[in-house]
Amino acid sequence: MELSYTVAVLIIPVFMFLFLGIVGVKLSKKTAGILGTVAMGVTTIIAYAAALTYFFGTDQGQVIDGVRQQLTVLDLTWLEFTKNLVIKIGVLLDPISAMMLIVISTVSFMVHLYSLGYMDGERGFQRYYAFLSLFTFSMLGLVLATNIFQMYIFWELVGVSSYLLIGFYYTLPAAVSASKKAFIVTRFADLGFLIGILILSFYTDTFDFMSLTTDPQAAISTAGGATFLGCSVMTWALTLIFMGGAGKSAMFPLHIWLPDAMEGPTPVSALIHAATMVVAGVYLVARLFPLYAVDATALDIITVVGAFTAFYAAAVACVQSDIKRVLAFSTISQIAFMITSLGVASPELHHGVGYMASMFHLFTHAMFKALLFLCAGAIIHAVHSNEMSAMGGLRKYMPICHIAFLIGCLAIAGIPPFAGFFSKDEILVAAYANSPLWGVWMSVVAGMTAFYMFRLYYKIFWWNNPDYGHHTPHEAPMTMTFPLIFLGLVSIVAGFIPFGEFVTWNREEYVIHLDWTVAGTSIVIALIGIALATVMYRKENNIPERLADRFRGLWTAAYHRFYMDELYQFITHKIIFARISKPIAWFDRRIIDGTMDLLANVTNSASFAVRRMQSGSVQTYVWFYIVGAVAVAAITIICLI
Amino acid sequence: MFGCGVYGFITRRNMIAILISLELMLNAVDINFAVFNRFLFPGQMEGMFFSLFAIGLAAAETALAIAIVINVYRAARNVDIRQLTKMKF
Repeated sequence: MELSYTVAVLIIPVFMFLFLGIVGVKLSKKTAGILGTVAMGVTTIIAYAAALTYFFGTDQGQVIDGVRQQLTVLDLTWLEFTKNLVIKIGVLLDPISAMMLIVISTVSFMVHLYSLGYMDGERGFQRYYAFLSLFTFSMLGLVLATNIFQMYIFWELVGVSSYLLIGFYYTLPAAVSASKKAFIVTRFADLGFLIGILILSFYTDTFDFMSLTTDPQAAISTAGGATFLGCSVMTWALTLIFMGGAGKSAMFPLHIWLPDAMEGPTPVSALIHAATMVVAGVYLVARLFPLYAVDATALDIITVVGAFTAFYAAAVACVQSDIKRVLAFSTISQIAFMITSLGVASPELHHGVGYMASMFHLFTHAMFKALLFLCAGAIIHAVHSNEMSAMGGLRKYMPICHIAFLIGCLAIAGIPPFAGFFSKDEILVAAYANSPLWGVWMSVVAGMTAFYMFRLYYKIFWWNNPDYGHHTPHEAPMTMTFPLIFLGLVSIVAGFIPFGEFVTWNREEYVIHLDWTVAGTSIVIALIGIALATVMYRKENNIPERLADRFRGLWTAAYHRFYMDELYQFITHKIIFARISKPIAWFDRRIIDGTMDLLANVTNSASFAVRRMQSGSVQTYVWFYIVGAVAVAAITIICLI
Repeated sequence: MFGCGVYGFITRRNMIAILISLELMLNAVDINFAVFNRFLFPGQMEGMFFSLFAIGLAAAETALAIAIVINVYRAARNVDIRQLTKMKF
């Protein structure tokens, strides 16, 4: 098949990873960076070609009867254990994977380009580019996977490469513990994912997405009504798989790794939060959506988790002082929007618009969140601090960054005509269609989003003018501003893409028409949020202080992220370590090790007892030998007789 | 003859003498091979070849042993086996 060149988007990054990883230290930093960026550029071009051919071409049978087909452009058998248990490696092109190709390659290319300026002069520059390539490779492999097992492999690769990148500054203890935390938390979630996969494929006899999703009703009923703890096993399987997704997508209560992941270099945060890692969970649910769609319980769980996380993260984001942390919590909140949107997207409600909305939001969010993070990187680069108190009044010093950040904020707040408006609007439509409760809930969260984003914006670019000393902040170099400009433009126009034509839950065409009652409300709410932020943070004043004092308890709790980390600390240290791990460790040390030590000690003392025999005099040895030989001969003869 | 070799090997103190006892044992075995082959299996030649082979090996082994003895002498200024008991626990 002609589209099989898509596989190149996997081969180039993995080759670059190996190349830069092995011979990178021999190259100069500049060469390594430029090589990595160029390779990523080529990958981007191929990814665009594949995606555009898929969406607009007609000669490959992409569209049959108005339904976009899923094309398996590459299909290799990797391991064949039995007739049914076959693990394949392949490349699957369908609307969501083609869309993800565009998202990932664009953001990754921008991050590569941006890093040329941002990481200039850092130690381990070549290593950084090697890891970036690995990260991109694993994420692309994840979205192109044809079966759930292949997805799981790349899923873990994403985990590994995020670990490597978050812990890039491995001399800083904070970075090391952050990377460990990210890895352990997502690993823990992946345990659920793995069990879910095993249950699912045990009953359905297949790993393949296509055979799982073409007839979901049949796939679900293969379990034959088997139940476990009052729920059908399929619900369990799907919920456990969602647990894996929740871990990667930082859904409450598995979100704790994400704010700490800010210890990595800022472009990496952009990559993790916009295009890769965190959307993997959303993508997973979207990929298996036909299965979820027939299982109302699993969908309800997803909705509740998503909606709660959206609110929780938005509340925390309102009071954080570290700009990257605000962005991190805003990411959690926005990802939760997507998850909720999938949760409320029952096909019978409003044409399953939630699915389309979720993917649309994923697309636009990737663009403006990458933009916001890259802006934050430029700002941090300029003032050498993450804290908002060190900023303020930066609009005079960094005009490009200012405009770009403003675009990002407007987009995420949902002001037309910026990208976020359209996708968020569709999510709200889907939420209202499901139940007014979720509609109102998500509208409130949308308002909070507008508030905290503009709080951030004003605190950075307006507020007051702290004394920068003799080091005046200045605009970042060209390699850093170009991605900002590009992503800013994309964030303005991305909303006008007729997304419903490309990605819908049943892959048929869906025409987006704005529901102005919902859209109007959401605009008003966003404007209220912005207005509130303007009143409070436009100029230096003491309103925020007074408010914080008034609600001191609430403010402190939110600032400490409602003590989730402390709770985890308590559970892991006081309960798991003290009550479970300690006894196990005691058993291991005393009983298992004790037995082994005993054996070793007995052998040791026995050999001490007989070591006198090694006298060093050769003739004594010969005596022993002769006596032994004679004895053996005698025994043999006796036995023979 | 083999018994003589064993006796010499155990009782002699000089390493050269021990070496000579060793040769005695080897030659005893060679003769045994040849003789038993001649009387028990007259039609076959394996025993003969085996003794020839053993003679060749013995030559090589002696050369090696002499070299070791010389080196030991250089190191310890001594070839008395009773005093060379450094290789113990």
